[in-house]
Amino acid sequence: MLVSMNWISDFVDLSGQNLEQLIHRFTLSTAEVEEIVYKGRDIENVVVAKIVEVNDHPSSKKLHLLKVDAGDKVYDCVCGAPNVRVGMVVPFAKAGGRVGGREIGKAELAGFPSEGMCCSEAELGISADHSGLMEIPDHVPLGTDIKTLYPIEDVIFEVDNKSLTNRPDLWGHYGLAREFAALAGKPLRPLSIHPASEMAHLPSLNIRIDEPELAFRYSGATVENITRKISPLALRIRLYYCGLRSINLLADLTNYVMLELGQPMHAFDLDKVNQVEVRRFDKPFTFRTLDGSDRAVDENTLMICSKGEPVALAGIMGGLDSEISDDTTSLFLESANFEASGIRKTSTRLGLRTDASMRYEKSLDPEMTSLAIERFLYILQQADPGVQITSSLTDCYVKKFEEVHLTIDKAYVDRYTGIDISADRIEKTLVSLGFGVTRTGDSFAVTVPSWRATKDVTIPADLIEEITRIYGYDNFQISTTTSALAPVRYSAGKSDEYDIKDMLVQRYSLHEVHSYLWNDEKKLKEIGIAPMENVRILNASTPEYAVLRPSVVPSLLVFAHENRNYAEEFGLFEVARAVEGLTAEGLCNERKKLAIVLYSREASEKTLFFRLRDMIASIGAIKGVSTSFASAEAVFPWQHPVNTASVTINGITLGAMATLHPACGQKLDKRAAVVFAELDLDQFASIARQDTTYNEPSKFPGIDIDLSFWMPQGAVYADLVPAWADMIGNTPLQKVDVTDIYEGEQNSITVRLYFSSCEKTLTREEVMPLAEGVVKTLAEKNILLKQ
Amino acid sequence: MQQQINAVWEQLSRELAAASDTAGLEQIRVAYLGKKGQITGLLKGLQKVSVEEKKTLGQLINQLKRRAEESIVQTQERLAAEELERKVLSAEKYDVSLPSAEKKGSYHPITLVQRDLEDIFHSMGFNVEDFSEIVDDFACFESLNIPKHHPARDMQDTYYLENGQLLKTHTSAAQNSIMRKYGAPLRAIFPGRCFRNESIDACHENTFFQMEGMMIDEDISISNLIYFMKTMLSEVFQRDVSVRLRPGFFPFVEPGFELDVNCQICGGSGCPSCKHSGWLELCPCGMIHPNVLRYGGIDTDKYTGFAFGLGLTRLAMMKYGISDIRDFNSGSLKSLSQFSAK
Repeated sequence: MLVSMNWISDFVDLSGQNLEQLIHRFTLSTAEVEEIVYKGRDIENVVVAKIVEVNDHPSSKKLHLLKVDAGDKVYDCVCGAPNVRVGMVVPFAKAGGRVGGREIGKAELAGFPSEGMCCSEAELGISADHSGLMEIPDHVPLGTDIKTLYPIEDVIFEVDNKSLTNRPDLWGHYGLAREFAALAGKPLRPLSIHPASEMAHLPSLNIRIDEPELAFRYSGATVENITRKISPLALRIRLYYCGLRSINLLADLTNYVMLELGQPMHAFDLDKVNQVEVRRFDKPFTFRTLDGSDRAVDENTLMICSKGEPVALAGIMGGLDSEISDDTTSLFLESANFEASGIRKTSTRLGLRTDASMRYEKSLDPEMTSLAIERFLYILQQADPGVQITSSLTDCYVKKFEEVHLTIDKAYVDRYTGIDISADRIEKTLVSLGFGVTRTGDSFAVTVPSWRATKDVTIPADLIEEITRIYGYDNFQISTTTSALAPVRYSAGKSDEYDIKDMLVQRYSLHEVHSYLWNDEKKLKEIGIAPMENVRILNASTPEYAVLRPSVVPSLLVFAHENRNYAEEFGLFEVARAVEGLTAEGLCNERKKLAIVLYSREASEKTLFFRLRDMIASIGAIKGVSTSFASAEAVFPWQHPVNTASVTINGITLGAMATLHPACGQKLDKRAAVVFAELDLDQFASIARQDTTYNEPSKFPGIDIDLSFWMPQGAVYADLVPAWADMIGNTPLQKVDVTDIYEGEQNSITVRLYFSSCEKTLTREEVMPLAEGVVKTLAEKNILLKQ
Repeated sequence: MQQQINAVWEQLSRELAAASDTAGLEQIRVAYLGKKGQITGLLKGLQKVSVEEKKTLGQLINQLKRRAEESIVQTQERLAAEELERKVLSAEKYDVSLPSAEKKGSYHPITLVQRDLEDIFHSMGFNVEDFSEIVDDFACFESLNIPKHHPARDMQDTYYLENGQLLKTHTSAAQNSIMRKYGAPLRAIFPGRCFRNESIDACHENTFFQMEGMMIDEDISISNLIYFMKTMLSEVFQRDVSVRLRPGFFPFVEPGFELDVNCQICGGSGCPSCKHSGWLELCPCGMIHPNVLRYGGIDTDKYTGFAFGLGLTRLAMMKYGISDIRDFNSGSLKSLSQFSAK
C-alpha cells in the first residue's frame, strides 16, 4: 500500500520532524516500509504562465511557436502540445529549471529559439495525462511557483501489505496517522465531517440485511444535484500518488475515503438503486461486474440487491448496470461491513481481489461505516457546494462486536518484557493509540478501541505488543536467562544419524542427496519402475507427483540414472522418510529410512554387492553389535529375486539390500552394476549401543588350525557356522575366520580356528578333539573335510 | 720369515683396499684366513723353526692374523656403507605433485548448516528433536492458534492427504508434541522438512527445511529472546551480528516479530541483496501465544516462552551463495559433491 506523508500530515502535525527517521521508526514499530519515493523533488523552477501568442510552425504540423508570459517577461517556446490556445494558463518550466529530473535548457528547436517548456500533468508527474498541456485557472498570478500552488511535493512510502494483515485499522491514512501521532508524541486531529445529526430529519432509506452472519452493517445515504464532474487537482494528485487512477468526482471520492479511512464505499446511480437488500441466492447465476466481466454467483455469494435485482458482489465489486457514469447527478452511497472470511472465500473463488475485498478480508471495524459517509459528504460539499443530501444517514446495524476490556499491571509487563517500562509510559502509550485506560496505581483497566477489537487485540499479551513496539525494540536492554542448568544429550536417533552420515561420507566416500517425499512417476518409468499404489496427496501439482513413496530407494535410483555420466563409480545415500501405507488407525506409517545406492562401471556387481554388505556391517558396528545377512524374498519390483538379502541387527530385521532387477538395470544403465540397501532408522535407534566389554588378552601362545571343506551344491557359509557357534566362549576356541574360498568344479572353503587360553599354553592334543568335533558335526550335514 | 710376514700384510692391505663387493671380500678372507690360506700357512710353517724363533714369530703371526681379521671387518663395514649409499642413490624419486586419487564423499549442504546449528543450540542446553513430516490439522494449525478460516489452511498452501492428514507446512507443527513431551521448563530445537504447495522456480520450492526453537521457563522475556537470537546468529555467522526486531504477525506468538540481521553481504551499508536497506529478514519469532502454551498443557500463569523459526534452506543459500533453490533436491553430484568438508 502506498502512503502519502502529506495526507498523514492532515491529521497530525509533523512540522519540524525528520520524515525519513519517522518512517524508519514506523518500520520498527508498526509495519515494514519497502520503499520511500520523494515526489516533486525533480520539479524545479516551473511557474504559472499565460500563452499570449500562438503561431504555426512553418514546416511542422504538430509544432507551434508560442509567446509565453511568465510574469517577469515573455518567453519564446516551441511546443508540440495539441491543445495550445491564446489566453491559456499553463505550467511553464523556464530554462535552467527541471522537469522529471531533466534540466530544461535554452535551445533551438526545429529551427526556432525556445526558452523553456510548457508542461502536461504527466510531465509534472502528478497524473498519467499526457494528452495535452495542463490547464491552470486563469485567476492565478503569473510567475507563481507551481509547487506553492499544488501539493506536488510529497513523501510517498510503500508498506508491505503482508505486514498489515492483522491490522485492519492501518488500511487507511487516518489509522496510519494515529500510529505516527503515537510515534511522534503528537495529538491526532479529528476528522472534518458532515454530521449525521444534520441530516436526521431527512427521509430514511429502505435497507435490509438478510444475512446477519455475513453482513454486519450497511449504512447508506442519497445525494442529488451533483454537478461537478472532475475532482479537485489536489485530491487527484493524492489518488495518483497512492496508485489510483482518477475517474470522476464521485468514483474518486469513494476511493479517497477508502484510502483515508480504510472503509470501502460504493456509489450507485440513484436512478438504478434506491433501496437495498443484502442476501444470497439459492440458484447460481451470472452477474456482470463493472469491469465488464461475467462472474459466476453461487449459493454462498453475498449479493447487494435493489428490489430483488443484484447490483453488486458484496464487498468485492459493483455491477456494470448500476454503476455511476459521468452523467450521474444523484447517487446512493454504500458504506457497509461484511464478515471477513466470506469475502475472502468468494474473492478467492472468483479470482477477483479488489481494494475493497483486500480490506474486508482483514475484519474491518463496523463502527467506521457511518463515519465514512459523514466524511464523504463533507468532502463532496467542499468540492461541489450545490449538492443536496436527500436522505438521512440510514443505518442497518445487525451485529456489533463486543467491547473488549482487559486488565494488566506493571508487574505483568515487566515479566513479559524483562525490562522496566514505567507505569506512566505504559499509560501514555496505550492512550496515544486510542485505548481507554483507567489506571489504579500500577494496574490498568483497558478498553480496546473498536478499530482494534474485531480480532486484533483480545488478550493481555496483545497489549504487551502495543507497549513494546512503541517503546522500540532497539531500546531494549538485552539479557540472558536465569534458567537452571540441566544436562542434555543427543537422542539415539540423532546420534545414529550423525555417525552414519560421517561414516558413509568420510569412510566410504558416498554423496548425501535429498529427494522428494512423493514418487515422480515419469522419472520412475524411465528406469523401468511402474507406478505404485500408496497414500495419495489430494492436491498435488500434477497427478504424476500424487503418490507418496513407499521406499526411498527408487528416488536414489533415479539420481543414479541422472548422474550416470558424472563418474565411473559413485555412491549415493539419503536419510529421509518413506510412507509404508496406513496404520490400523488410518494414519500414515511414516518411517525414517537410510537408503544407499552404489553405482559402478569399474567393479563387478558381485564386488559391489559385498562392498555394500561390509558398509552395512560397519553401520551395525556403530551399535557395538554384529549384523547378519540372510537371503530373502524380493518385495519390491526393483529388487533382484536372486540376490536380495535381509539385514538383521541384534535380532531386529531393519531392511534389505539387493542387486538391481535387470528390468530396471537395462533402462538405468546397461554398462553399470547397481546395488542398494534400505534400513529403517527408527528401528535402528531402538537398538541400545553396547559398551565395550574388555577381555584381558591371553599371555600364552595360541594354536591355529586350518580346516578346508568341500561345499555341496547350494550350501552357504552360514551352514557351517552352527558347527562351532556354541564353542566360542565355552571352549578355548576364540574365533573363526574364512581364509580361502576356492571356486571350481566343486567349491571349497578354508576356515581358521583360533584357540587360546588365559591360564596356560595349549597343546595340540588338547585342541584337536575340538577341531575334530567340528569336522564330525559338518560331516553329518554332508559337508566333508577336504583331505 | 719376518719379511714374509710383512709381505703378506702389505699384499692383504692392497687387496682389501681394492675389494669392491662382499663376494670378493669373502675370497680374500678365504685366501688368507681359510684352512689353506696364507696366514694359516704361516702358522703351519712355525713347526719348522727353532723354539726361540717360534716364540717371536708366533707372536708376530698371531698379531698379523688379528690385524687381518680387523681389517676384513672394517672392509666389510665399508662395503656395507657403500652398498647402502648405492641403494639410496639408485632409489626412484616419486612425483608427489601428481593429483591425488582420493575419493571424497559429500554431505548435503542442509546437513552441514543444520548440524552447525544443532551444535550451537546443544551447547546452550537445548534438546534436539526430530519430528514427523506427516501431521494432522491439530498439530499444524489448531494447536498453534491458527483459526479455521486462516489462509494458511487453504488448499493452495497445504498438501492434504487422502486420509485427512497433511504434510507439515512449518516446523511449528511440532511445538505441541514437544511441549507435551517435556513440559516446562523446556529448551528445544526441532529441525525438519516442510512442504508448501507452490510452483517451483529458482527462488521457490515446495519442499524445504526449517528449524524451530522454543524456550519456556518462568519469566522468559522479550529481552531474553533478543539476547538469544543475537548470540545464536553471531555464532552461526562467526562474527558479531546486529539484529533488529520489527512487529510481525503470526497467530502462534504474541507479540510476534520479524527478526532482521545486518546484511552479511554488505555489512549493513546497503547492497542489491538487502534491497539497499542494510538488513536481511531472517527469522520470524515471538513470545509463545498463551493459547499455544495452554494447548501444550503449560501453566501460563507460571511460564512464558519464546519461539523462533529459521529457514535452514535459506540460510544454506546465504552461507554458500547458492542462487537456485532447485539445486538442493536435484540430486546432481555436480552441485552436491562440492560439499565435502564437514
